[in-house]
Amino acid sequence: MNIPADLKYTPSHEWVRVEADGTLTVGITHHAQDLLGDMVFIETPAAGRTLAKGEECAVVESVKAASDVYAPVAGEVIAANGDVEASPESVNKDAYSAWMFKLKPANPTDVAELLDAAAYQKLVESEAH
Amino acid sequence: MSNQAALKHTPLNVTHRELGAKMVDFGGWDMPVNYGSQIEEHHTVRSGCGLFDVSHMLPLDIRGANVRPFLRRLVANNVDKLQVSGKALYSCMLNEAGGVIDDLIIYFMDETWFRLVVNAGTAEKDLAWMEKMNADWGMGLTLTPRRDLAMIAIQGPNATQVLNEALPGVDQITASLKPFNAAAMGEMFIARTGYTGEDGYEVMVLAKSAPFFWKALMEAGGKPIGLGARDTLRLEAGMNLYGQDMDDTTSPLESGLAWTVDLKTERDFVGRAALEKSEVTKQLAGLLLLDRGVLRSHQKVHTKNGDGEITSGTFSPTMQQSIALARIPLGIAPGEEVEVEVRDKKLKAKVVKYPFVRNGKVLI
Repeated sequence: MNIPADLKYTPSHEWVRVEADGTLTVGITHHAQDLLGDMVFIETPAAGRTLAKGEECAVVESVKAASDVYAPVAGEVIAANGDVEASPESVNKDAYSAWMFKLKPANPTDVAELLDAAAYQKLVESEAH
Repeated sequence: MSNQAALKHTPLNVTHRELGAKMVDFGGWDMPVNYGSQIEEHHTVRSGCGLFDVSHMLPLDIRGANVRPFLRRLVANNVDKLQVSGKALYSCMLNEAGGVIDDLIIYFMDETWFRLVVNAGTAEKDLAWMEKMNADWGMGLTLTPRRDLAMIAIQGPNATQVLNEALPGVDQITASLKPFNAAAMGEMFIARTGYTGEDGYEVMVLAKSAPFFWKALMEAGGKPIGLGARDTLRLEAGMNLYGQDMDDTTSPLESGLAWTVDLKTERDFVGRAALEKSEVTKQLAGLLLLDRGVLRSHQKVHTKNGDGEITSGTFSPTMQQSIALARIPLGIAPGEEVEVEVRDKKLKAKVVKYPFVRNGKVLI
C-alpha cells in the first residue's frame, strides 16, 4: 500500500502535506484513486474560498463514479491546481504529486487532529473487511 | 465485503482473481469490474480484441412442440422473423401493463428447441413468469436453465482471428456465420452477437471447460475486459441496459425500443393491449455534454417541453466527452440544446441521435 510516512491523512481519504510555512497541500490518496479508477473530471475550489472542516470543496469523477473531496481542516483556499483539472489522469499516475488545492488553516493546531500514516493504513485495512 | 460468501461465482471466478481483477458485487454476483485501466480496456475492444465473462447471464433452453406459439404470445418482437436455424432475435418480454420484464435474445435452433439468454438480475423473475405462462396457456414445454454453461464474449475487430486461433475447427463456422446468427459446435454454442458495437462472438461452453478456453483466448491475443468497460462500450453503442434505461414500469415505446415491438401483425402478445391504449409522451434520446463534467443516471434534464431524466450516463473514452441516454419529452429534436442538473450547476448538452460509436468510428 502506498501511504507516505511524511504526510497526514483524513478518514475520507485525503492526504495533507504540512508545508514549512504552515499552509496545507491537499490531494486524494493512492487508495482513493485506486477505488475510483480512471479519473476523467476534476473540479477544484476557487482561491479565496473559506472552508469549514469537512466541507465539500472539490469533485473527482472517474469513469465509474463521482466523489467529493472534503476540507481536512477549516481554512482559506490559497491556491488550486489547474493542472489536475486539465489532466485528471495525473491523479492515477501519482496521487501524491497531483495535489488539488492549498489551504491556510484557520487554526494551525487543528492539524494535530489529522491521521498519521500508520493510523490511515489501519483505517484502509479495516475498510477492506 | 462481509457478505462475500453469499455472492454467486461464475466458473471463471478463480481466473479473474489470478489475473488481479478488481472484483465487485454486481447484482449478487462476484464479478470483475476492471483488471487494470478501464479506459485502456475500452480502447482494446474498439481496436483489438477483448474477452468478457458474461456467465452471470442465463442461457435458457425451451423445448417442446409448442415453442414457437409460446414465444409468439410471450414476447413483443415477432419470432416468426426467425425461420433459419441459428437466427437470433432481440426482444422485450412485457407484463400485462406493457412494462418491460426483461430484454432478451432468442435463438431459433429448430421447431422444438429455442435458446434464450436473459439478464442475470432478472433470471429468476423471468423463469417464474415463463413457467407461469407455460402452465396458464397449457403449452407443455420444458424450460431448462443452463447454469452448467459459461458464456464468454469475444469482441472487437480482431475477434474472429482470436477465436479461430483459440479454438481449432471453429473457422469452419466463423467463415460463414453472419451477425446475429449462432451455430452449435458439439457442446459449444457460437453466436455472432455482443454488447459493444463491435464485431464479435458470444460463446457458450461447459462450465468446466471455461477456464481452459479463456486461457486459450488470451494466448491468441484476447485481453480480459471488466464490466466497467462493458458499460461504457454498450452506452457508446447506444444499447439499452435493463434496470437503468427500462424496467417493469416503463414502456418499450418510451425506451427507444419501438423497433423491437411488432405491432404490424395481428399477433396478440402480453402487453400489446396496454401498449396500444397508452399515450406515448416521452422518448429516449442521446445527449452529448457540451460543458465540462460527467453525465450520470438520474440527473434531471430541462427541455423546452418539460423535464426529463438521464437513464445512463458516462464519460465516453472514444469521444473523450460525456454522453448519456435520457428519457425526455417528445418534440425535442436532435441538434437542440437542453440543460442537465449536475450537483449545483446546470450544464449544457446537445440532443443527438444515437448510437454514438459503432465499429470503432464516432457517428456523432
